[in-house]
Order: sequence, then C-alpha cells, then structure tokens
Amino acid sequence: MSLHGRDLISIRDLSREEIESVLAAAKKMIPFAEGKKVSHSLENKIVAMAFFEPSTRTRLSFESAVQRLGGSCITIADASVTSMRKGESLHDTIRMLSSYSDAIVIRHPNEGSARLAARASDRPVLNAGDGAGQHPTQTLLDLATMQEAFGTLSGLTVVLLGDLKFGRTVHSLAHALAMFGAEIVLTGPPSLALPLQSRRHLEHMGAKVREQSDLHAAVRDADVLYVTRIQKERFGDESEYRRVAGSYRIDASVLADAKSRLAVMHPLPRAGEIAPEVDSTTHAVYFRQAALAVPVRMALLDLILGARKGD
Amino acid sequence: MPARELKITPIKNGTVIDHISNGLALEVLRIIGAQTLDKDSTVSVALHVRSNKIGWKDIVKVENMELSPRKVNAIALIAPTATISIIRDYQVREKRSVDLPERIVGVVRCPNGNCISNQSEPIESEFEVTSRRPVILTCVYCERELDDFRPHLA
Repeated sequence: MSLHGRDLISIRDLSREEIESVLAAAKKMIPFAEGKKVSHSLENKIVAMAFFEPSTRTRLSFESAVQRLGGSCITIADASVTSMRKGESLHDTIRMLSSYSDAIVIRHPNEGSARLAARASDRPVLNAGDGAGQHPTQTLLDLATMQEAFGTLSGLTVVLLGDLKFGRTVHSLAHALAMFGAEIVLTGPPSLALPLQSRRHLEHMGAKVREQSDLHAAVRDADVLYVTRIQKERFGDESEYRRVAGSYRIDASVLADAKSRLAVMHPLPRAGEIAPEVDSTTHAVYFRQAALAVPVRMALLDLILGARKGD
Repeated sequence: MPARELKITPIKNGTVIDHISNGLALEVLRIIGAQTLDKDSTVSVALHVRSNKIGWKDIVKVENMELSPRKVNAIALIAPTATISIIRDYQVREKRSVDLPERIVGVVRCPNGNCISNQSEPIESEFEVTSRRPVILTCVYCERELDDFRPHLA
C-alpha cells in the first residue's frame, strides 16, 4: 500500500512490506543525503517541525532531510515560546500548524500526542517521539543500519541493553524486529526491564524473546548489541535514577568475546554507556546509525509527501 | 417473567438489567449513576438471585430511565452476561444482550497518567477492543493495554 498522504505515528502502522519499501528507498537516498545528487521532490512544500521537547539529532536530521529534498521548514523548537504557554491545547496548535504547512513532524512529552495531532491535522503527521511511547522513524533508521551491516534482518540475534522500560526506541524496535523474525535478547537493570505488557505483545506476535542477565554471555552470541541511555528525565525520583545510572558500560573487556561482526548500536546521545575506546573498533556502528537518519527520513518524506508522477 | 424472579415488584416504565454476574450489581449502580438520578427514578436491586442461565446473578431495575449507549457499553465491559430490557407500561418492549463494541469512547480512563487523553485536551478517552476473551482494551492514543477496567471507569 502506498504511503502517500499517510501519517506515521507508530511502527505498528506499517506492514513488513511497507517497512521493506522504506528501507529500499532509504538506500537509494544515500547519495542525495550526502549531497552527491540533487532532488526537488519537496519543492514548494513546507514541513512544520513541532518540537515540544528538546531534540538535537531528530530535529536537525528532519530539517536536513526536508532541505535536501528541496523543501523548506517552519520550526517550533521551544514550546515555551508558543501559545501553549497561554493555555492553548495541543489540538488547536496542530490545527493551526496544519493550515500553515504540508506535513507536520511532532515531538511531544505526552504518550499519544502524535495520534492526537494526526486526528487534529488534515495534513500527514510524522511522530518524532511521544513521551515514552513510539518513535517509528528512529526504528526505521535502526533497521536500515542493521540491514546495511548484515544485508538482512531475518535471523539476527539482537541484544537490547539498558532502559527497556522507558526507552521509547526499544519498544518500537522490538516490535519491528519481531516482524522480521529476529531473536530478541533482553538485558539490563531489573528495575528497567521491558514492561510485561510489551513482552506479552512480542510473544503474541510469535517473537523469539529471552532474558539474559549476564551481559558478557549476551554479547558473546549477539549480532547486534543495541545500547540505550538511562533517561534521567523519565525518573520522578532522583535517588532511583542514581541507583541504576552507570550500572552497565560497554568497553573493550565486554567486547572481548564478541563475534567479529558484532554491531554496537546506540540511538545517542550516550551518557557513559559506551566507552570512547569502542569508537575506534569495527563494532562501533552508532555514528553510521546517526548518519543514516537523513536518508531514512528523506525516504519517508518523499514517500509520504513527495511529488508523484503526474503531480 | 417466571414467578421466582418477582422478588422485586414489576416496574411500569424503565429499564431492567438482568443476568448481571453475582456481586457486580453495585458496579452497575455506579455506572448508571444511581445516586444522581431523579427522585421519580426508583432503583431496585436484587443480589444473589438464582439463575438457570448463569447460576447466581444480580438484577437492577430503574424506573423512568433508559440507558444511554455509553452506559450500555460500560455495563458490557464489566458485566458481559447482562441483558437489558426496556419496559413500557409493564410490558417488555425491547430485550437484548449487552454487546461490546469495537471501540469504547468516554467510558474508561487511560491508566497511563502521561497519556495525552489525561491532559487538558478537547478529546475523550478512546479504546479499541483488541481482544474479546479475555477482554483487552488498547488506548488509541498511547497504545497502553488494559485488562482490569473497574478502577478506571470514567
């Protein structure tokens, strides 16, 4: 099914075939993202960046993607300067924005905010992270990174390490990995384990999911080690945060027994979870992962909003 | 109506909610807002009544009131075996089982305090029925699943 004119709120909105079509399109976008080829796909199109929560990578890569496709952006980068401070609802803010733009990219601290935005807007809405909820474009670029590294997604053993409770990237990614038949291994602080409901959901999908409390053992069998940051902003209690912060760190000793092709990934920013010494190893894929954000988001914007033949 | 069910006097006009699983009548009273009804809406409750169909049951009769679809949906959630009869001039005019719709709007609050449906937005809570046995609801906004609705009835 065509993605043209559609919203992207949750990875669950996409079928396996649709994900594969995005990944194929993203691969073709790489020379455009690097400035070696020029696209006019979004010429005369305006994309609104509605960021109600801080973001560097996601917002800048979306802005870069729009501009590489010949479009332009209007941006809310700081919610405190909008009328929401005067009590305007998100619903009304989005309705207004949808009349100023051709598509809206939203990041917001409340779960479900992107779905509300999609209902309020008559233009396509792309979710760039809603609280601890979904972050589907991150998932797509994670998948693109794995596919580039291994040529396939099926049959990979992917270790998810860290904040599996609040980390929104993990929930979306685990769902997508389950669709592709990857084996999912969960590890990290028990207090930040994957919520039972998410685990149940994965098992319901027929996913191969297991827990491995020994990080070294988990890494030994892994094709991908997906590390997440413990998100301080999701903790109500500072002392609880301090208890788990720094409880895991990937360094040369953890990687000593790893497969030679192990890919270490991280949605970034990192806060000490991966030692700088890993950066120079062949395992370090996280900067490539960040770089792929632009072609993946270009591919999505092109599929959803780009000029079609006959337009 | 069989003689053994006449423990409560028949009503002239109103609604009879029968075959409520034993022990759930008080939840049903809460859903229909029994405490806030007009004073001509007499409410009769029978607890622990013998039933051929479900063993033991509760019955609630409310005079001069017909249930809104929203309240019927809420009853369907917590008492799926219930039947609802509309009585006019002592006669049963309509009798039907409660039926869980595909979507439940404005009946259950999302248990996720950070969900956008719990903020000051001009929207109602909305759940999709993603499983019927057991009943599991999924918030259309934050995708939180819910299988124990009683504490979250709006």
